[in-house]
Parts: sequence; C-alpha cells; structure tokens
Amino acid sequence: MRKAQQKTQPVLEIEELSISYAGRPAVSNVDLTIQPGEIVGIIGESGSGKSTLAHSILGLLPPSAAVTGKSLSLAGTNLLGAGGSAFRSVRGPGAAMVFQNPMTTFSPLHRLGDQLTELLWRETNLSKEEKRERIVAVFKQVGLSNPVGRLSNYPFELSGGMLQRVAIAAALMMRPSLLIADEPTTALDVTMEAQILHLMRELRTEAGVAVLMISHHLGVIAEICDRVVVMYAGRVVEQGSVEAIFAQPTHPYTKALFACEPALIAPGLHRMPVIDHEALRTAREGRNMA
Amino acid sequence: MSEAISTMHVATGFNERRTFRIARTLRQVLSTPLGAIGLVLVVSITLVAILAPLIAPYSPTAISVTNRLAGPSVAHWLGTDQLGRDLFTRVILGTRTAMTVALVSLAAALAAAIPLGLIAGYGPRWLDGLLVLIFDSLSSLPMIMFGLAIVVLLGPGVSTVILVIVAYSVPSYARLVRAQTLSLKARDFIRAEQVMNASSLRILFVHLLPNVVGPLLILACLDISTVITLEAGLSFLGLGVKPQVPSWGNILSDGFAVIRNTPVPVLVGSVPIILATIGFTFFGEALRDALDPKLAKEKTA
Amino acid sequence: MTQQTPILETRGLGVSIGTRGRILGAGRKLDIVVDVSLALRPGKIVCVVGESGSGKTTLGMALLGLTQPTAGEIHFKGMPLADFSKASFRPIREQTSLLFQDPASSFNPRQRIGDIIAEPRRIAGTGESSAEAIASLAQLAGLPSSLLSRFPHALSGGQARRAAVARALSVVPSLIVADEPTAGLDVSVQGGVMNLFLDIREKHDTAFLIITHNLAVARHISDELVIMYLGRVVESGPTAEIFRNPQHPYTKALLDSEPVPDPKHRRSEPPVIGEVPSIFARPSGCEFHERCRFAESLCRTRPPQEIAGANGQRVRCHFPIADAARRPQPVDA
Repeated sequence: MRKAQQKTQPVLEIEELSISYAGRPAVSNVDLTIQPGEIVGIIGESGSGKSTLAHSILGLLPPSAAVTGKSLSLAGTNLLGAGGSAFRSVRGPGAAMVFQNPMTTFSPLHRLGDQLTELLWRETNLSKEEKRERIVAVFKQVGLSNPVGRLSNYPFELSGGMLQRVAIAAALMMRPSLLIADEPTTALDVTMEAQILHLMRELRTEAGVAVLMISHHLGVIAEICDRVVVMYAGRVVEQGSVEAIFAQPTHPYTKALFACEPALIAPGLHRMPVIDHEALRTAREGRNMA
Repeated sequence: MSEAISTMHVATGFNERRTFRIARTLRQVLSTPLGAIGLVLVVSITLVAILAPLIAPYSPTAISVTNRLAGPSVAHWLGTDQLGRDLFTRVILGTRTAMTVALVSLAAALAAAIPLGLIAGYGPRWLDGLLVLIFDSLSSLPMIMFGLAIVVLLGPGVSTVILVIVAYSVPSYARLVRAQTLSLKARDFIRAEQVMNASSLRILFVHLLPNVVGPLLILACLDISTVITLEAGLSFLGLGVKPQVPSWGNILSDGFAVIRNTPVPVLVGSVPIILATIGFTFFGEALRDALDPKLAKEKTA
Repeated sequence: MTQQTPILETRGLGVSIGTRGRILGAGRKLDIVVDVSLALRPGKIVCVVGESGSGKTTLGMALLGLTQPTAGEIHFKGMPLADFSKASFRPIREQTSLLFQDPASSFNPRQRIGDIIAEPRRIAGTGESSAEAIASLAQLAGLPSSLLSRFPHALSGGQARRAAVARALSVVPSLIVADEPTAGLDVSVQGGVMNLFLDIREKHDTAFLIITHNLAVARHISDELVIMYLGRVVESGPTAEIFRNPQHPYTKALLDSEPVPDPKHRRSEPPVIGEVPSIFARPSGCEFHERCRFAESLCRTRPPQEIAGANGQRVRCHFPIADAARRPQPVDA
C-alpha cells in the first residue's frame, strides 16, 4: 500500500488556503494533503471552519466567500480560482459528498432509483438498464437489503440509517477518488452510527476510496481515521496520525478538547471541565502580536 | 448612529420602552425608498383626512349653476363638477370619507376576527368545526352579489358600506388567526406555558395574541388600499355612500357622466385612489420587513 | 440505606395512541410507552437512555401530562393521581420544570429573555420579578445579564440552554425533567450544562429525570440508568453497575456501539446490526430477539418479564448476560 501511495499523486492537495466572508476570515492558512485510500478526519467545534473548508473543495460556498491560497487541487485538477464548470467536472469523479442529514439529502417527490439514475447523467455511454445495474451493485455494496426493491422506494419509506446508506451509495456510484463526509453519523442513533462507520471502513478497503471525515466527535475520529486534523477558529492547530495525537496531544486547544470529552473522563459524579475560549483567544492574539 | 441608539436603550433594562420601539420601526421603514414613499403618502393622506374641514375652501355641497364644469382656476384649483361644486373641496372631504370607512371597517373586522380566530384555534374541537363552517359559508358568497343584497336590504350609505366590508373580511382574518393559533399551539413555548400552569387566558392573550397580531396588522394595512378601492367602487356603482356625500367614488361616477365634455373630474377622482393604494401597499410591505425580528437581524448583520 | 419517598413515581405507566379506523376496519392501538415503572427521588439523577423510537421523550412528556398517559399510575410525593386530567397534573407541574430539547423553541419569540425567565414567577405570583432579581437568577445559570434584553433568536445554542435553566430555576422546582439537554452543544459547552445540573442538585436537593441518547453524558451525570427499547424498559439500575456489567443484550450492544476515543480500541464488527423495528410491527416474544446475538427459540415466542438481576439491576430478558453459563458463548471476531 505504501508503494502505491508513492507512485500516485495525492487525491487532495491544499496549501495555505484561506477563506473569508466580507473580510472576516473563516479559514486561515490551511495545509491539508490526502493520499489515495487514506481516511483523514477533521475535528473541531462549531465555528471552527471545518465545514467551510470541506465545502470549498467542491465549490459549494456562497458567492460572498473569498477563497485565496497557494493551491487547491483535487485529483490533479487545480480548483483555485476556478469557475463553476471546473467544479462541476470534479463533482462526482473527483469527490462526492455525504451530508449530515440523510432526510434532506433526497428529493421527497421522486423514487430513489430515478434520483440516482439522474446522478449518472455524465455516463452517456451507459443504457438505462446498465445504470440501474450499477445502482443495484452499489446498493449491495453498502449493505442495503433488497437492493432491487429499494430503487422504487420513496425517501420517506426508509429510515435515517438506510437513507444514509443510500447517500453513501449515491456518492460511491460516481466512483470518486475522495468521499467527503460531513458529520455523516451525527443525525443517527448510536447502533446505526457503529454500522455506518464500519461500512465506511470496509469501503476504503474494498473500493480504495479516500475519505475526508468531518466530525465533532472524538470517538468517531478515533474509530476510523488514519490521520486527524484539529481545527480551531479557522486554523489547523495540529495534525498528525490518529495514534500520535490521541496518545499525546500537544496544542493547548487539542488538550482542552480531549479534557472535555466525557468518554475520556473517569466515570463518577464530578464537575466536568469546560474550555475557556476567552483565554485561548487572548493567548492566540498574544502570539500573533509577538 | 442608529447602532449607538439601539445599544443605549437596550442597556436600560429588558423592557424596551414602547416609544423607542415605534421610533426604531419607523426608522427602518424610512430606510428603504419604497417604505419612505409609502410613509410620506400615508402620513399626508391621514393629515388631509383629519384636517379636511380646515383645508377645504368651500362647502362640498355648495351648488353654483353658473359655474358648472369649470376648468382649474385660482378660485377653483381643480375646477368644478357638473353641479358647479368645488372639486378640490370634494376630494379633500372624500379623503375623510375613504379613511373613515377603511379604518372603521377594518378595526371592526379585526376586533371580531381576532377573538373568533383565537377561540377556533385554541378552543375545543367542536367549536372550531362550527366556526370554520360559518367562516367558509360566509366567504363562499360572491362579494358583489352579497354587497348588492345588503344594500337592497338596508339602503345605500356609509354604514352599509362598512357593514359589507366587515362581513366580508371577518372570515378571512379569522381564518388567518386560527391557522396561526393552530401552528403556535403545537410549538414548544406554548407547551412550556402549560407546564408552568399558565391559565388559558394568559396563554391566549399574553403569548398567542402578540404572535398572531403582527402579521394580521400588516395584512390589514395592505388591505386598506383594497377597502378604499372597494368603497370607491361601490359608490361608483351607486351602491355606496349617497351622491351628495363627497367621496372619491362619487367624484369618479359623476366624472364619467361628463367625460365627453372634460376629463378633469375623472382624473381628480382617480389620482387620490391610486396614491392611497400605492401609499398603503408600500407602507404595509415596509412595515412587514421592519417588524420581522429575524429579518431585521439579518439586515443589520 | 433508607430511601426517601420519591417525588414522582410511576407504576406500569403506558401511553397508547388510538388511530381511528377509516371506512374499513377498526382503529389500531399504537403503544408508544409500555409498562414503565420508575421512581425519582430528591437529589437523585435518573437518565432515560434509548434510541429514536424508544418512547423516552413521550415518557417524559407523559409524566407532566403533556401527553396523556393511558395506563398505569403516577404517584406524586407518595399520593396517587386520581386520574390523568389536566387538573390532576397541576400539583406536579407546580413543582416541576421541563427543559425542552430545543430551548430556543420553548421561548416566546416576541418576549425578551428577561421576561421569559420571569414568566414562572409571574404565573405563580410568587418571588420577585424585578430586573435585579431576574439578573441574579440569570447569573446562577451562567447567563450574562446583558443578554436579558435580547430576543430569543439572538442567543447561541449554549446561551439559550442557560436561559432555559434560569427559567427552570425561577420557581425552585423539586423535579427537573430535561429532554436531551446536551443535544447540539459542543463538548466544551456540554460540560458547563452538566456542571450546572450538579450545582442545582447540590443546592436544592432537586430530583432529575434526564432523557438522552448520549451515553457518555449519562454515565457521568446519573445515579440511575433506565434503558428503553420500543417503549419498554429493558434494563434499569445503578449507572455504575450497568456500565460495569450490562445484563440485557441490548444494553450491552448500546454501550459497545458508542465509539471509544482511543484508536487502539477499534471494533472489528458493529456490536449490533439492523435497526429498531417499527412500533407498527412489533416483533413477537422479546422485541429485541431479531437483533439479539443470544436469542433462542423461547425469545421468539414469549415476551420476557422484568426480573431482579444482580447488583440492584432489573432486566427484562429471558437470559440476562450474568447468566452466561446457560447459553452458548458468542464468537467474538
């Protein structure tokens, strides 16, 4: 596997990327590289810029966002300063996205089979039957029971967990080099979360797809990621292998985040630690001035 | 500067004073061009209506046979009608008629519709069914036929016009109140009140009413222009206020009879109707934008 | 250890919804909550844990009469409720505060936060509702008094949560029912809310019923745990014991499903597969048997009764895990 990594170019290469809205920075100076078949997690709290960063990769930011930097390239295509057509050409084969709420991912008025067939518009050489076969194949791959029957289901007929499987299938079907998952299990129950995480790990092994996993949940990151990127206030404060960072976080924010995680605190009824964002901010500003 | 003012009065306590709130709302209305046009028109029309007897140079019923259908002059700014009555005077006093009819009928309609809608939405289910049946039956009657029937029964006049408008607007306002109440009733903040053992009266009047009234007042403001047109329309057809009473509809109606001789009376009758319609519509829309707390927040952000 | 009289106790509480039969066929009865018995004692925090569809929120609402119970009994301070009418719930509501899952939606959008916090005092006609009194109440909940003049939509998630707690403390309650109090909060803010609960309990000896799907939170904050599945309590008992030794297979699967923030302890297989069945089609026998790794033929036919297990736990299972010797060992990968 290591050999393969050296031969191929990275799936995603981001260098010194900054995103701001009307002069207010949302993401500052971020470097991030993802190799084929790698699962990279971004962890951070709300407002850390993790979702903004992920959305910038597929050009999903509102027009008011100003994106600047040295490089943003996905599967070898440079996207920095690119227009809508460049992004359209990478959505699907370059990267596909799985969103937080599977209930709003699909149009409620159309059958799942039709919606997924529609996504294959690019494949003009495939007949309608071939497209359906491809969908049934990915449905099987993501572990949906009765894959043929699901084609004629409407979204409301499926549970949240099943719809998230369909969403992942829809993403995989376009054979992307990178799967971007924005809090894919946050809206799901914990037993379903375990099954979806297991599925994503299997897909990496079987299909070799790289995954960018955005989460606020340390457990989710530890469960499936190879590398982790910690974001705070729009900056990457720390990144490295999951083992290294979970064994020994070095940045004060990462340390504070781990200290707050209820699952890492010895059980019992005592006070929980909280993060003093004010202190972190003054510390950061002090550093910036120096 | 508006920033400074808003932070200042927020600091005085959590009960922002009503005068500040009104001032802030008006400032927001004035901040858009359409809102400013609307506000200026609404204020002018209201002032004219209030001060009409002071402004009007003649008596609205003073007939001058020698001076019929005169064009605009220094003595008669807008000329005279087919009976030699001063048109300027009749327009000014017609404003008063229009505003009286609009405000009285809408106030009466709201006063009836709000409690009915609240009761239908919050009360027992059988009562809701009964009220909805009544609202639906009333609003399924065709407006003009309904108006004609009432005029035939009661005879034309200002009070008849008001009655027609009230009978016709109560069902639609009450249905709006009911729909709002039903959707609010299921909201957590009403359930929170129930858990706090709040009485039904408190829930109805302290919590449901303010949330229902906002959109309703804006709708009523937009409806003022409809009502003014309606009053003019009924009067034009001879079903509204009596011919000798000055009203925009009457001026228009009289003007049409003599349009071959002069277009002035028709113009004089229609321009105020257009101005009033524009004014109240613009003002109502600007008010809606200003009063929506979420929208206001997005704009300042 | 003598136990105090519970503030609120339920015996065999049930909530069913009758769906009216249309032209054809009779109406159907849907059981949302079935046969729930629990006791909430002063100074004790009880967490109800379950996945969506477990009926945990309905249970919380039923205790306060927001959803009408259809079976069983509710005892308030040792006295049984005569019936489930609105009037019967009055005394319970007088001494209970409810924290909604989405605090912002539980505020009147046209009221200022200060007025919202003062509302319980104004309704009860007790306590001071002056600006100073309300500001000190807000301070107890860690809410800056500068926010009292704001409207609800101007508050962040954490601030709204604190405002809801301030309102809950406005008339000192003997019971607080909190529905998902940490949902949607960052971990750094979660801790603050939990600390607030512990402070309140210490100061006022308040009983808590916390409804949550967050096991890590339940583990830290609660004395007792109630695990629900499809409207039934499948296991209950002291929190530490349940985490140490879950006896119902569902409890074990639930605890094992929570991802551990340690990359060295990854699971090779998901602890349980499939999903919670629909209440429209309850499985026969034990309702968990379709997903249970230990299910035997008895489980498919006969619904288990609740039995007293070890360590003060109560389990609704034919073969609780403590009885491991009586059944084949599952093969762990």
